[in-house]
Amino acid sequence: MTYLLSFVIFLPLIGAITLMIFGNEDKKESIQNIKVLTMVTTLSTFIISLGLVFLFDPLGDEFQFLEDRNWIAGLRYKIGVDGISLPFVILTTFLMPLVIAASWNVDHRVKDYMVAFLFLESLMIGVFCALDIILFYVFFEAGLIPMFIIIGIWGGKERIYATFKFFLYTLLGSILMLVAIVYLITISGTTDIEKLHEFIVPSDSFYLFGISVSGGIQTLLWLAFFASFAVKMPMWPFHTWLPDAHVQAPTGGSMVLAAILLKMGGYGFLRFSLPLFPEASIIMQDAVFLLSVIAIIYTSLVALVQDDIKKLIAYSSVAHMGFVTIGIFSMSHQGIDGAIFQMISHGIISAALFFCVGVIYDRTKTRLINDYGGLVSNMPKFAMFFMLFTMANVGLPGTSGFIGEFLSLLGAFKVKPWFVAAALLGVVLSAAYSLSLYKRIIFGNLIKANLKSLPDLSFKEIVVFIPLAFMTVFLGIFPFLILDLTSSSVSLLIGNFNSELQFGRLIISQSPSITLLGN
Amino acid sequence: MLLQSITFLPLLGALVAGFFYRFLGEKFVTIFATFLLAVSCILSWVVFFTYPEGTIVKVLLSDWIKSADLEISWMLRFDNLNSVMLVVITTISSVVHLYSIGYMSHDENWEQAEKYKARFFAYLSLFTFMMLMLVTADNFLQMFFGWEGVGLASYLLIGFYYKKSDANSAAIKAFIVNRVGDFGFALGIFGIFYLFGNINFDPIFLDAKKIAESNYVQLELFAFLLFVGAMGKSAQLFLHTWLPDAMEGPTPVSALIHAATMVTAGVFLVCRISPILELTPITTSIITVVGTATAFFAASVALVQTDIKRIIAYSTCSQLGYMFVAAGIGFYQAAMFHLFTHAFFKALLFLGAGSVITGMHHEQNIFKMGGLRIKMPYTFASMLIGTLAITGVGIPFAYDLFNLQIGFAGFASKDAILEGVYASKTSVSIYAFWVLIAAAIMTSFYSWRLIFVTFFGKFSGDFNNYNKIHESPITMLVSLIILVFGSISVGLIFYEQFVGHEAKSFFGQSIYIAKSNHILHDFHYVPAWIKLCPFIAMTIGLVLSTYFYLFDQRLMNAIYNQHRNLYTFLYKKWFFDELYKIVFVTPAERIGRFFWINFDGGIINKFLNLVSLNFIPKMSKEAGTIQTGFVTHYAFAMIIGLVSVTILLIVYVVAYS
Repeated sequence: MTYLLSFVIFLPLIGAITLMIFGNEDKKESIQNIKVLTMVTTLSTFIISLGLVFLFDPLGDEFQFLEDRNWIAGLRYKIGVDGISLPFVILTTFLMPLVIAASWNVDHRVKDYMVAFLFLESLMIGVFCALDIILFYVFFEAGLIPMFIIIGIWGGKERIYATFKFFLYTLLGSILMLVAIVYLITISGTTDIEKLHEFIVPSDSFYLFGISVSGGIQTLLWLAFFASFAVKMPMWPFHTWLPDAHVQAPTGGSMVLAAILLKMGGYGFLRFSLPLFPEASIIMQDAVFLLSVIAIIYTSLVALVQDDIKKLIAYSSVAHMGFVTIGIFSMSHQGIDGAIFQMISHGIISAALFFCVGVIYDRTKTRLINDYGGLVSNMPKFAMFFMLFTMANVGLPGTSGFIGEFLSLLGAFKVKPWFVAAALLGVVLSAAYSLSLYKRIIFGNLIKANLKSLPDLSFKEIVVFIPLAFMTVFLGIFPFLILDLTSSSVSLLIGNFNSELQFGRLIISQSPSITLLGN
Repeated sequence: MLLQSITFLPLLGALVAGFFYRFLGEKFVTIFATFLLAVSCILSWVVFFTYPEGTIVKVLLSDWIKSADLEISWMLRFDNLNSVMLVVITTISSVVHLYSIGYMSHDENWEQAEKYKARFFAYLSLFTFMMLMLVTADNFLQMFFGWEGVGLASYLLIGFYYKKSDANSAAIKAFIVNRVGDFGFALGIFGIFYLFGNINFDPIFLDAKKIAESNYVQLELFAFLLFVGAMGKSAQLFLHTWLPDAMEGPTPVSALIHAATMVTAGVFLVCRISPILELTPITTSIITVVGTATAFFAASVALVQTDIKRIIAYSTCSQLGYMFVAAGIGFYQAAMFHLFTHAFFKALLFLGAGSVITGMHHEQNIFKMGGLRIKMPYTFASMLIGTLAITGVGIPFAYDLFNLQIGFAGFASKDAILEGVYASKTSVSIYAFWVLIAAAIMTSFYSWRLIFVTFFGKFSGDFNNYNKIHESPITMLVSLIILVFGSISVGLIFYEQFVGHEAKSFFGQSIYIAKSNHILHDFHYVPAWIKLCPFIAMTIGLVLSTYFYLFDQRLMNAIYNQHRNLYTFLYKKWFFDELYKIVFVTPAERIGRFFWINFDGGIINKFLNLVSLNFIPKMSKEAGTIQTGFVTHYAFAMIIGLVSVTILLIVYVVAYS
């Protein structure tokens, strides 16, 4: 049991290495074998990760399944999960088999494709489990590489532009975070995230080039971390890489990107920004709320006028992530619960929506909304699933999409009611763009000749849709199953946040004010 | 089990009809769904009659949301208030199911091979389930679940003829306008949680008085926001534009959802939160004013419409206004009473209209009909009774003399509202009274106009079609007869329970009445001429309508021509749609496009690209020979870069420690 978590992290990697060594694409059967092996690997990872859920003690608020050993050169390999990270681990392992199934008809460099996805899975799980900040950074950054390859090789026509944009935007944010991490390690003397959580980063105001920085070093470090996470989320105005990346990415890539990679930003806020820099988080609360509300309204309006299905869903993702940041920075129990839930739910729904696009793109090779119309006549099963996920995206109660939005806004209402009122406008707008998208693709007369012969969902496609549909409804009706899992960890997070905030202020009030870099 | 069955049998019907019709056959699942609803309906009546007055029964189904101090369960709540709703919902729904078996059997909108019946019944049953969840909710959030759930069903049913672009647009419009209302509803729920720390009904109602003393202004604001939700669902002025368009849906849907049940959810909500509203006089005044304005506005628009369904739709809108006025003046019992009677006669009118439309082979313009009473006698008789009910025909003073309210359903309930308005002594009641009387005149006028133009006079459509006009099949007529019975008698039978001397015990604890609110008593003792007023209003409308449409239609046309502007104003529904298009729809798209092109495609992108895409690759271009164009090579370079960064980091950390 002690190695269970490591096993979950590295099982996909083992699968990947096996494929690299033994996989070949000479014959049809061997290509089939590659796919089967990948599927078996991801499925077993999922099943084993369920063991984590059963063995996890939801009442304990400390990290569980801890492993702590020497790595290289004095660095430590420390991993573990708490109620905040476990749902993300399960989300990842749950989605990967579906992503592989959705990619079943990839016919170009199959081995490399599967290897890239298996690598990616290991790295993503690693991000959510790492309890050493350098280990986290390595997982966090390394995840870019397979994604870069996936878009760059199996992507659309403009893939090179999109990959560079994706890579450089995120890297730019990460470099700032790296600097902040190094600084953080020098002042705290530890790389252990648990110890860092207890460490109080000085928050004395000082003057930088003549400008007063309230919150001092905390604010600067917070901003550096923010640069990385805000690009990843993505928050307005750092979001422009996302529509391009989604449009070019293959279906499987889009699913992973929207469902899991974006969540690393939100996870980062919860794991680092709030616990390490409470004072700065309070100072920046208004700014984050403002950016989130702008994100929700702005991107919803932009989504309204898109011609490309994938772009529309990508913009809708940005809007939905706005609710997440509002929830997180409400620093309330409901808000954070809501943010976590929203991320999990959006992971499922956005993966499903991108798969919906993939299903029709495979048949017609076009993503333009106007090239469709009337699909319900010959694809009724597809229409049904697409309707369910559209409604979930709209946040209809009874689907998981509602719970996250509701809780995060409920939590934020106590703090900033006006921001919440503005954010709720997004709920009206999301209905507008989602339903008009659905209408233009599914409803109306089936006139276009090339659409008339489209077959309805194949068995394989239904197999992918059913778990996603089930989870969307199941989590909408029984959301407490996830909320119970996260509850104690969120309580601990908020408790620590408040006590560190008070303690930090106490220190400031006792120490003489200092100035750095002139005054 | 009785109570769970009422709620969940329709869901079972929906699931079977929706997912298993391929195995069981369309015919079987439609009858099965109808049967389950009939069972649910019978059980509801059993509950209604045997329900011990003044008790509240709660059935816990499951946990739902738990987050710190927020604990919400899936819970069915039964009390005297929603037992009325149960009866209304399940009765009208079973009648509509039955009717739809006939109505849907041949539909010219579909081709031979297309299967649509099972889907229709699945949606209808789903709607019924959601509506039952709405009314049996024990907390605001479950109510919101039902609230949006009926919105979904409404969206699906309005857009049922999915090949028609108009139907799709109307469905989307209904959903979005309702979302605007839900925007208020959701904010109201947040506010309630903020004030009370709870969203379950009972604790909130218990604390309402305390909160009203400490946070009066907030309580007013949040009560108002909840009412905004009610405005959306119940199509009150400013948020009404979706309801007439919703007539794109099949007619049984209009009867069930857009007349009898869903649109009354707002009235139910307002009655449900009576413990809050009794403490918020400003909000209740707003409710009264909005209700009055809606009643007047919708009646005025109905005067000149030509589409049979739209006339009845505006009529619904107007009658909902009456209900809100009743709730606004604190006369919740009358609001519920009118909701109850209205469900019967308005469903009757819609189903009658549906019968006319099928008989006329999908002609909806009443001026292309005429003389139909001979071809469709049963439909004519039903519509006539519906009209007698809505216009409020009855014997004035009967209650005072015989202790019995003798008259059609609408007479009993609408008169109670009007008398109540006069008896209430709020600042807006006199205004409300006279405007509502004016609306009553118009109601009578447009209702009779519909009857006279459709069923009397000469047939004015294409004469070739005249011979094809036929009376409707038996299932449809049976449904009409059930509703005819209701429209005649429910006012008479239930007057005592709803607003008479038994009202207090009938509603028990489920409606809260402040000590200063004596309206239930006072309205019996208004002056005699007040009691006569509604009757006079009805007669004026009837006389005018008879004169203009039976005897001298040319005069009516002359009047229309003389007042062309007024006519256009009314015919175009006070230009609300045009206004909203200019103010909301077009700007939203323009702003969206502006943001997209100028910010996303412009400033933001250019700036960030300048930094990342130009600056960094330019540096790397210096080492141009490495650029082989293969992504894997870049990736390899990146791995090397990452590894070196990590090594640097390690060295740094090791050196430091």
